[in-house]
Amino acid sequence: MLRSVKLEGDTAIINAEYLDHKSMNRILKSMDSEGIRRVKIKNVYGIRYIGAGMKSNMDIEIYGTPGNDLGIFMDGLRITVHGNVQDGCGNTMNSGEIIVHGHGGDIVGYSMRGGAIYVRGDVGYRAGIHMKGYGDRNPVLVIGGEARDFLGEYMAGGIILILGLNMKKRMFNMRFVGSGMHGGVIYLRGRIDRLGEGVEAAEVNEEDMKIIGRLAEKFCRYFNYEMDEVMDQEFMKVIPLSHRPYGGLYTR
Amino acid sequence: MKRIKTYLQPEYVIERLKDRCNKCKICVRECTYNVHIYNPKRDEILSRDEYCVNCQRCVVFCPTKAIRVRKNPNTYRENYHWTEEVIRSIKQQAETGRILLTGMGCDKPHLTYWDRLLLNASQVTNPSIDPLREPIEIRTYLGKKSEHVNINYKDGGDISLETELAPQLRLETPILFAAMSFGAVNLNVHRALARAAAEYGTYFNTGEGGLHPSLYKYSDHIIIQVASGRFGVNAEYLNKGAAIEIKIGQGAKPGIGGHLPGEKVREEIAKLRMIPVGTDALSPAPHHDIYSIEDLKQLVHALKEATDYTKPVAVKIAAVHNSAAIASGIVRADADIIVLDGVRGSTGAAPKVIRDNVGIPIELALASVDKRLRDEGIRNEVSIIVSGGIRSSADVVKAIALGADAVYIGTAALVAMGCTLCQRCYTGRCPWGIATTDPEISKRIDPDVASARLKNLLQAWSMEIKEILGGMGMNAIESLRGNRLQLRAVGLNDAELKVLGVKAAGE
Repeated sequence: MLRSVKLEGDTAIINAEYLDHKSMNRILKSMDSEGIRRVKIKNVYGIRYIGAGMKSNMDIEIYGTPGNDLGIFMDGLRITVHGNVQDGCGNTMNSGEIIVHGHGGDIVGYSMRGGAIYVRGDVGYRAGIHMKGYGDRNPVLVIGGEARDFLGEYMAGGIILILGLNMKKRMFNMRFVGSGMHGGVIYLRGRIDRLGEGVEAAEVNEEDMKIIGRLAEKFCRYFNYEMDEVMDQEFMKVIPLSHRPYGGLYTR
Repeated sequence: MKRIKTYLQPEYVIERLKDRCNKCKICVRECTYNVHIYNPKRDEILSRDEYCVNCQRCVVFCPTKAIRVRKNPNTYRENYHWTEEVIRSIKQQAETGRILLTGMGCDKPHLTYWDRLLLNASQVTNPSIDPLREPIEIRTYLGKKSEHVNINYKDGGDISLETELAPQLRLETPILFAAMSFGAVNLNVHRALARAAAEYGTYFNTGEGGLHPSLYKYSDHIIIQVASGRFGVNAEYLNKGAAIEIKIGQGAKPGIGGHLPGEKVREEIAKLRMIPVGTDALSPAPHHDIYSIEDLKQLVHALKEATDYTKPVAVKIAAVHNSAAIASGIVRADADIIVLDGVRGSTGAAPKVIRDNVGIPIELALASVDKRLRDEGIRNEVSIIVSGGIRSSADVVKAIALGADAVYIGTAALVAMGCTLCQRCYTGRCPWGIATTDPEISKRIDPDVASARLKNLLQAWSMEIKEILGGMGMNAIESLRGNRLQLRAVGLNDAELKVLGVKAAGE
């Protein structure tokens, strides 16, 4: 295990080539308790659960492709991935930030409770489903490219912003957006002609544009885009029709 | 469309004995469904039978015992096929076009095997034991058991254990309190369950609604649940339990998700679950990160990672047709405990058609799971908890003889606190103050009294379990675990006997 770690200044470099997830998290946790704040993990080929459940303000940079459930249950970490992420990135994360300089797999941001995920490219199916929010806790998922079906399904809170920067047309192709959504908001840069049940498409207002602007600015900063490129199109939003989409389903 | 007139008659009628009623209006105050109303102009108390659910609250609290709740004598013509319940259901659906919602467990008579199983006792050839005079061990450990243990013998006679044991739950009695979420029940109920579990030396399960921070002090006696809605789940919560339970399914509603009606989602509940106040709290039918055994393994490992491999992880499934194969998969997914919830399992809200028709009896599922895991040589890798309609210490003993390590009780615990199974948990107006989050009605549960009632129940059942064990000539519950020779069946066919692995009485 020790062979895999070296220190460069205040940054710890971990070579993940020969590590399994158990040793990886053990190393990260022991570094955290020793006060190391910056970590670079190199040669990551599918290690799962990196940063699982860690309560820390550590800054982790990952080179390669982390496996499923990157940052699951994490609380405060800042993870930057130079590569793609697999399924369940930011699953049930509580706070912190994940910045992905590639694409994301399925269920990115499943059940997020706080913090933010920025993905430069596309994400898979069921991204941002069951995102939550309460009071000032408002998780954020920003997607630079496109998403597959069921984006924001069952969403109960939080914000999803999807930019579709790589789209040839200005029309999103995903289906069942926001099915069963009962809280939160999905902002889209472009149009969509089919939505999930129980949601409606609405025009964005000034307040919405402020939020979009704030998130887009960060997106541009992280991924070297110009604001003009991102803000050159009209935005719209998807919101729930009711807080109780299935309230009328049952008789007592 | 014209408004449809209802053809449904009240299920129950209220009789008020005039010579006993002193118009104290306690019934008016106690009824949360507004059945009793006082008319000051004429100084009389009237009853609106159509709202009555026969919860018996007014009957118990009437100081002069002046109230009788009777089944409405105006029933339909008797018919064994088209029962009263069937006719009522059809009329209700014809009038609303909706799914019938209900609460608690299946109330049909045909799904209980416990009553067909009888226990053994020692006679002549081996002596029975008197539990009042000799110790009988019912302490139970839940978790993976090592195949071998290596012991270090040191000079001087000291010994130490070399094998690293998997984390275990230690129960002073093989009974735990089943998952009931904060939201389905209120904080006073959680307080009572947590306190009783801690004081008796067993565990209470949070259900899927998070754990109120005021209960953190009972951490060592709490199993925290992670279900598909992931409500209340964060690293802090995961570390506030002695064990973690992944809920895949529930006996009352296998295959469908959770549904906490918006009426019950008040401020505190919404805050813990992080959803808007008044929305229906929806848990999807599947976990969307679990579509296979391999995916389940992933969540098991993620939870173990997040808690540094210090806590057993349980996986709860509803008892369904392929439970045995699924259970084998759960063991291979590295779970420490399997929870099987049978068709009689309870709920705060479920479609009636699902509750009464989906899933299989726990007795059959338990026997087949236990056998399968033994056949595969992996029974030691996992403990089995069963639940779903456990009503008495006899049911507990029979479950253990069929292969369970312990049982969960939900309904029995609620009944101990006051529940009368009126099956209206989903309304959020529980007159006994249990399945409600209304702050006023919730006060009807005093955690001190309710926890005392729960502890009494655990104590009474534990003593009865010892009596039964002693009668069999056993001084430890380990000797009974999976010991089907202590069971005989009456009135079962060959197929049922084969699945249960039990002989017919007299054989």
